[in-house]
Amino acid sequence: MTATTTDTPLALSRPSGVRTLKNALATVFVALATVLTIIPLAWVLATVIIKGYRLLLTPTWWLQSQRGITPRREGGGAYHAIVGTVEMALICAAIAVPLGVMGAILLIEYGRGTKIARGVSFMVDILSGIPSIVAALFIYALFITIFGLGRSAIAVSCALVLLMLPVVLRSTEEMLKLVPDSLREASYSLGVPKWKTIVKVVIPTAFGGIVTGVMLGVARVMGETAPLLILVSYAVGINFSPTSDTMGALPTMINAGRDQPPQFPGYERVWAAALTLIIIVMLLNLLARFIARATTLKEK
Amino acid sequence: MTDTDATEKVQQEHTAADDPSLSPVVDHTEAHLHSPVPTVLHHEHHEPAPAPTPARPAERAPRGVKLAKISRTGDRVFRSLATTSGLAIVLLVLFVGFFLLALALPSLRADQDNFLTSRTWTVAGNELRFGIAGLFWTTVLSSILAMAMAVPVALGVALCLTQYLHKRVSGPVSFVVDLLAAVPSIIFGLWGLTVLGPFLAPAAAWLISTIGWIPLFSKSVDPKGSVFVASVVLAIMILPIVIAISRDVFAQTPRDHIEAALALGATRWEVIRTAVLPHGRSGVVSASMLGLGRALGETIAVMIILTTPPQGAPFTPSIFAGGETFASKIANNAAEFDSPSKTGAYIAAGLVLFVVTFAVNAIARIVAERGAKS
Repeated sequence: MTATTTDTPLALSRPSGVRTLKNALATVFVALATVLTIIPLAWVLATVIIKGYRLLLTPTWWLQSQRGITPRREGGGAYHAIVGTVEMALICAAIAVPLGVMGAILLIEYGRGTKIARGVSFMVDILSGIPSIVAALFIYALFITIFGLGRSAIAVSCALVLLMLPVVLRSTEEMLKLVPDSLREASYSLGVPKWKTIVKVVIPTAFGGIVTGVMLGVARVMGETAPLLILVSYAVGINFSPTSDTMGALPTMINAGRDQPPQFPGYERVWAAALTLIIIVMLLNLLARFIARATTLKEK
Repeated sequence: MTDTDATEKVQQEHTAADDPSLSPVVDHTEAHLHSPVPTVLHHEHHEPAPAPTPARPAERAPRGVKLAKISRTGDRVFRSLATTSGLAIVLLVLFVGFFLLALALPSLRADQDNFLTSRTWTVAGNELRFGIAGLFWTTVLSSILAMAMAVPVALGVALCLTQYLHKRVSGPVSFVVDLLAAVPSIIFGLWGLTVLGPFLAPAAAWLISTIGWIPLFSKSVDPKGSVFVASVVLAIMILPIVIAISRDVFAQTPRDHIEAALALGATRWEVIRTAVLPHGRSGVVSASMLGLGRALGETIAVMIILTTPPQGAPFTPSIFAGGETFASKIANNAAEFDSPSKTGAYIAAGLVLFVVTFAVNAIARIVAERGAKS
């Protein structure tokens, strides 16, 4: 650097024409790709909002079901479907969250580097790749063919557990990894047993991240359609019972009405249901990201 | 490391060793990492420290100190809870494979046709005749087409986010891309059928008229609900995951490599080609495979878009024809699961889908792990 002094001035030159051209082409490509990715999202959102917003402004949409309403008639709402979607997602979360959090505790707190942890981790990888239709078929095989139970909303929730579990477990695992060891050691040095350390120190520290993971998982399973098609029949009326064989849900409400010709009022209700679903899922996502940002554990 | 750097480092180590407020643990590791000189200093500094007191039996406390007996019951319970959850997860996955296989086998035995090569699907009567060749073709064709469209675009976006845009801009763009991942697939299906399909129709017609002599692009009956439209929608759906993983890999390109390339006078594209892409290659391959796995298993969007050809229609390899994938076939006929043999046929199709996605995901993991090691 400073040691190598040259008498001749540095012959600096701009990159040759071909190189400049290549560089410019790459920049154009990269910019185009980004625009090309944002267009579909904007397009989908715009379509759904324009076609569906009108019904969402009416109170009946949020308070009434589709009972007694044919595609040719106006009126009715999505209350039954919203209730069904939320209820199935909550039952699913009630099973998947404890299992996922305890699984993550096993991976990070108890079994770091052990054979059982590696086995569980491998299985979670498989689970995260399972298509929703396969999860639904498995629950169908287990509940309906083997146990002889009927179709039910609970069966749907169980299939959704398979899809939500990897999301919750992986995000919890990541958060537990970020909890500094010094906190654990401080707790141990006070004579606090390990389980109390986990419950009172580790989990509260990672709580924001765990909640984020749970909300993202809930948002994911709310939009799933395949298990609903196989494991429960779509009901147009309000039904709170998770054991009955029919229940409304937003995805199946969309699916049931998607063949309507555009001049029928039922056509608009399909898009309104789509908009409702997007709003719920997006709100959960935004909220999850907000919590993540507010409570984030800084890496190192 | 330049000379000035080294002296600075030594000075730092000096202050670290002299300053009692600095943790000796940190000091130690730093010394080991950077240069041997301060290590010596460090040892000198610590030698006069009192020798550790001889170990005494752990149970005996000094006189006057009362140690509480700690109950380990809670620990045992909690630990076994965690282990049980872990085992439950392992069992769950094993059960998926086991039960699908157990219920598919009787139907597979009763199958009159060759399961792997037949294209017929007759499960209604007493005689079972079904095969997966047609489903396999449509599934793989649509997914690979989707991957071929999504990966270059995703690479461009990931490069744009990590190498081109300022952090203030790339943050919101990343956020928008993540939102794309949150849109439920049924909405993509609805949009694909009613909006994107008609929009792409002229492009499809143009492709058919110019390169229609290639069987893959030949004219077909119903270009509206075609594999082509389905793959474009699938491509949009797998974009976010491929972008997210590639973005993370590119962001980890060693700063030194980029700066070395820049110092040699490389243009921004040359920096990407010589430093960023080689570093991210395995990550990108792994991301693409994960995207492919998603596309293979996607159900409802594909089911809504694809036109189901009539039973016994002649096979056409064209991407402008309709068809059925494993997932869409199963979901389309979910209402007909009434007899075990019939259900078994669909479960057999689901099992094949499970195996295929498992293989693709496994390849993705192996590639990613190899990349991480090297």
